[in-house]
Amino acid sequence: MALEITESRPLGKPIKRKEDARFVRGQGRYLDDIKLPDMLYLALVRSPYAHARITRIDTSRAQALPGVRLVLTGEDLAKMNLAWMPTLAGDQQMVLATGKVLFQYQEVAAVVADSRALAEDGAQLVEVEYDPLPAVVDPFWALSPQAPVLREDREEASNRIFHWEVGDLDGTERALRDAATVVTERIRMPRVHPAPLEPCGCIADYNAARGHLTWYVTSQAPHAHRTVLAMVAGLPEHKIHVISPDIGGGFGNKVPVFPGYVAAIVASISLNRPVKWIEARTENLTSTNFARDYHMEVALGADRDGRVTALRVSTVADHGAFDAAADPTKFPAGLFSIVTGSYDFPVAYAAVDGVYTNKAPGGVAYRCSFRVTEASFLIERAMNTLALRLNMDPAELRQRNFIAPERFPYQSPLGWTYDSGHYAATLQKALDIVDYPALRREQAERRARGELMGIGLSTFTEIVGAGPSSTFDILGIKMFDSCEIRVHPTGKVIARLGTRHQGQGHETTFAQVIAEELGLTTDDVLIEEGDTDTAPYGLGTYASRSTPLAGGAAALAARRVRDKAKKIAAHLLEVDEAEVEWDGQNFVAMGAPDRSVTMPAVALAAYTNLPHGMEPGLEATYYYDPPNLTFPNGAYVAVVDIDKGTGAVTVRRFVAVDDCGTVINPMVVDGQIHGGLTEGFAIAFMQEIPFDEDGNCLAPNFMDYLVPTAVETPHWETGRTVTPSPHHPIGAKGVGESPNVGSPAAFANAVIDALSPLGVTNIDIPLFPWKVWEVLREHGVAE
Amino acid sequence: MFPNAFDYAAPTSLDEAVDLLSRYGDDAKVLAGGQSLLPMMKLRLAAPAWVIDINRVPELDGRRESDDALILGALTRHSAIEWDRDLDADYPLLRETAALIADPLVRNRGTVAGSLAHADPAADWAACLMALGASVTARGPQGDRLIPVEDLLVDTLTTSLELDEIITGVTVPRPAGRAAAKSLKLERKVGDFAVVGVSLQVEVGSGGAVSRVGIGLAAVGPTALRAREAEAVLMGRPLGPEVIREAAALAAAAADPASDRRGSAAYKRDVVRVFVERGLTAVQHRLADGQALGA
Amino acid sequence: MHIEVTVNGRLRSADVEARTLLAYLLRDEFNLTGTHVGCDTTSCGACTVIWDGLPVKSCTVLAGQVDGGAITTVEGLEQDAQLHPLQQGFWDNHGLQCGFCTPGMLMTTYALLQRRPHPTETEIRQAISGNLCRCTGYQNIVAAVQQAAARLSAQDAMEEVQA
Repeated sequence: MALEITESRPLGKPIKRKEDARFVRGQGRYLDDIKLPDMLYLALVRSPYAHARITRIDTSRAQALPGVRLVLTGEDLAKMNLAWMPTLAGDQQMVLATGKVLFQYQEVAAVVADSRALAEDGAQLVEVEYDPLPAVVDPFWALSPQAPVLREDREEASNRIFHWEVGDLDGTERALRDAATVVTERIRMPRVHPAPLEPCGCIADYNAARGHLTWYVTSQAPHAHRTVLAMVAGLPEHKIHVISPDIGGGFGNKVPVFPGYVAAIVASISLNRPVKWIEARTENLTSTNFARDYHMEVALGADRDGRVTALRVSTVADHGAFDAAADPTKFPAGLFSIVTGSYDFPVAYAAVDGVYTNKAPGGVAYRCSFRVTEASFLIERAMNTLALRLNMDPAELRQRNFIAPERFPYQSPLGWTYDSGHYAATLQKALDIVDYPALRREQAERRARGELMGIGLSTFTEIVGAGPSSTFDILGIKMFDSCEIRVHPTGKVIARLGTRHQGQGHETTFAQVIAEELGLTTDDVLIEEGDTDTAPYGLGTYASRSTPLAGGAAALAARRVRDKAKKIAAHLLEVDEAEVEWDGQNFVAMGAPDRSVTMPAVALAAYTNLPHGMEPGLEATYYYDPPNLTFPNGAYVAVVDIDKGTGAVTVRRFVAVDDCGTVINPMVVDGQIHGGLTEGFAIAFMQEIPFDEDGNCLAPNFMDYLVPTAVETPHWETGRTVTPSPHHPIGAKGVGESPNVGSPAAFANAVIDALSPLGVTNIDIPLFPWKVWEVLREHGVAE
Repeated sequence: MFPNAFDYAAPTSLDEAVDLLSRYGDDAKVLAGGQSLLPMMKLRLAAPAWVIDINRVPELDGRRESDDALILGALTRHSAIEWDRDLDADYPLLRETAALIADPLVRNRGTVAGSLAHADPAADWAACLMALGASVTARGPQGDRLIPVEDLLVDTLTTSLELDEIITGVTVPRPAGRAAAKSLKLERKVGDFAVVGVSLQVEVGSGGAVSRVGIGLAAVGPTALRAREAEAVLMGRPLGPEVIREAAALAAAAADPASDRRGSAAYKRDVVRVFVERGLTAVQHRLADGQALGA
Repeated sequence: MHIEVTVNGRLRSADVEARTLLAYLLRDEFNLTGTHVGCDTTSCGACTVIWDGLPVKSCTVLAGQVDGGAITTVEGLEQDAQLHPLQQGFWDNHGLQCGFCTPGMLMTTYALLQRRPHPTETEIRQAISGNLCRCTGYQNIVAAVQQAAARLSAQDAMEEVQA
């Protein structure tokens, strides 16, 4: 049972969430709940074609509809130099199409009207004529010299966006040649979508008299959005006020800037009235940023004892029509170079080619620290293939190859310094919980009866908390984060951070961190995020960076407050500062434990009774630039049964042992694990955004883009090991993404384990029943 | 997303409803449960000028039993059937099927007759009611006519109803002998349309020989289908592994599925075989265990 | 068209277009923004409200249909400044994260407990299978409903004893 927010020494305790007081009453304030006087509504006209030249746009019928206030086209925006906008990945993206459209559902025109329904009516009346062009759907075809070049705005006459590589190619090739065993596999992580339950949207409220824009937006990174907006729209940054209200889930979807946002801002400036744009679910799934779509090829070498000797990975990354990923600037393939995972590879090499196709733009980090999910899936799947080839138990293979605990800090062959971990212990704990030997015995018995049961492992290592300013920036802005703490005279605290939670529980967990440092209760600390006028600058909440960065900033800002508080305490206790000790809740005079003062007493003194010459007040700000990233890890075991008649897979058990370092709130951590595993389950078994050969999107809504319900979702069993991060102020590593990063491979490995007696080593996810059935049929297995 | 503008009428009698339909014909859509119509209107795939809401027509509500049949009012909601355990005694296939439709919230609004009139080949009711040999009563300006469900469903999203006809009720015949039933649905998740659906009911005579059988198939043809040859092979024989396998193979042969993202035609056909075999086997056990009408 | 409907026990009225959906009648006309809209295909259940005793997706009901009816929304659950045991259950068991699906989940499980006061885990999972959650993985929602069911039956038992 959860504990009340009035609990003292709250760090590490399952404190009930403060934000739930409003959410359980239906009093969250999400974007669409905000209604401003005189507000208008914007709807977008979208392209039915994946690739076509626009020959004519006629807006006259739309403009004649009573209630329609404005119709915008790309030509209109071009006059303002706003037809294109920069993406966070350093590419540019059309706001409203000019010339040609590059993906189905691309934004072509915007209609602003008195009501949402009228705006949609108006959008239906905009007449657009297209001259269809052949669509480039296959990213491998896109790279061929015969393929049409899609992007006419770029100088390079190629669909290749970037080639990125890391590691020692020659050394890797040599090691592969010398290896006793080399396994290869083509591993695909299909295009999926974060699909938070609340779609994206904004209200732009421009006030011409003040020259001031208030922008309410579903943003995981309000400060970054304000800066981008200042650069794009030419508005002075201090006259843009970004407010990110309660957010109904983000998962990376709400990091980028979308054409609908820019159109709403232009409309508000043009009309001097507030303009709201909320995307429908169909628009969300078809246009605002997919994830994954990595086509990977791996070669993995091992010696006679099953010790890995080399890893080579080459990847084609389908980015769609515009590279709208949100990766740090120096990392076009994100942190994919974590691909050596938890294993001690002497040498490795990875290359990624980014490609344009006629699909929606993106490549966002969906519950993922920038392509870490793809990397983890690849290495965990490849290790499974190696175990099959060596006829070795996959748990044994992993134990043999883990980076040993004494090797930390560990230098990976692709350039990272892993902070800490005890992979063998974490795996052993998972195997103990699930009773692995008993499962293998049961599997043998069932196999003898012709039944299909599988056990899959994933022992992943993540890399999160981007990141150190020496390496990480987005559009030049260093990826630190921040916290400002103000302690008021009665000892109550308001703390503001540059992050923006979307369900992670920051209002509680950051309050726990600060309360712990200041000897207060969670109830005493009010956390505010998402308002650029009040919060200190920060890069936002995504890539599991809130706890590693803002969490560190919160602890360090609190310690700054405590440093000053200690001086005041010395004054109150009438001793030297050096004779004051902090016992976790009070300042105590050394050697006189009965003489102590509380933080509220110190706070009051900060405003009423200061030492001579001290600046009044009790507050501090900390901008935290971490010395390194953090490396959460875990060991997952999936147990599945396959229905031979239909190919349907049932997940019988799933054990997740995570090591995210110091745990701030175990209840919240378990909640994050449950949610991430459920998303991983969906990706493994039912989610994909496919396209037909003309580039038509085949999963444009929740009828075809499948979100699992409570009926399909397995019961999750969680466990933990704790290996604190040595460099993080409280030893925490971040956890939100681990389950989504680590679990897809466990599910896939389990299904393949069940089918391995047939010689199967790979099936592409999602593992729809029909795919499993096709494999069974190929091998003559039927009910 | 918002529907196009339309005029709304909520007649309070059947005559008034038929009258409105006669007047607006093709420009009108009947709103019963609305769980298919309103999503299509929101996506602007349907844009009727008139919406005739029949939910205030009292004649369409409720249900009654005659000596040899159950008559469901057109507004009978899926959940009303799902929750009525009394139906199991005489009509064991109804609750089995109702519980598999869409999701629990949709089942609180969606209606049996609305599902039939929409004529989606993947819909669960059509296969079930075909298996049971049910008919609908349609009311038009000329009065009532009885249409067997098999004749009602002409093609995908197409029925034999005239533009000015409304389904007023569904007549489900009562089994004459001991009966047991099973409904199976393969869906990718709750709320999904069937990849394959099989609804079947078997009646046996005193010697245990099959005296009547209905096997309805969903999502494997342009409409729901009845596996007639499979039924024929079972008639007059007691259920047993051999005849069940024979029937399952014939049912699979009767299926005419299309390949799509839910699977290939070969896959769906094989799942029909598997489901018919499982369904008949379950029915055989139920009959043997006495979990059947008249046992 | 003119609509009169009892919402959370109070008679309300509004003049709206025929195409107005119940979800927007509640949100835009009555400012009851606890009812959320998360999809356009009747898939997600974030808009679930109780209409004449049954939970329905209010994005798939026309405002005109509820004329003369009674609606309960999430705003109607708390009575006399006391959270409903379900609201308390969700809070105590971390049955929510972003909070967007929560009102719909609450209304669906509210109706479930009226129909089945002691649901099994399977029954709870089936009952909420028309409500999508992207955050919790449902497990803590099940725990929340179980806690509420236990508390409600304890309350009923108390009331019986007192009577």
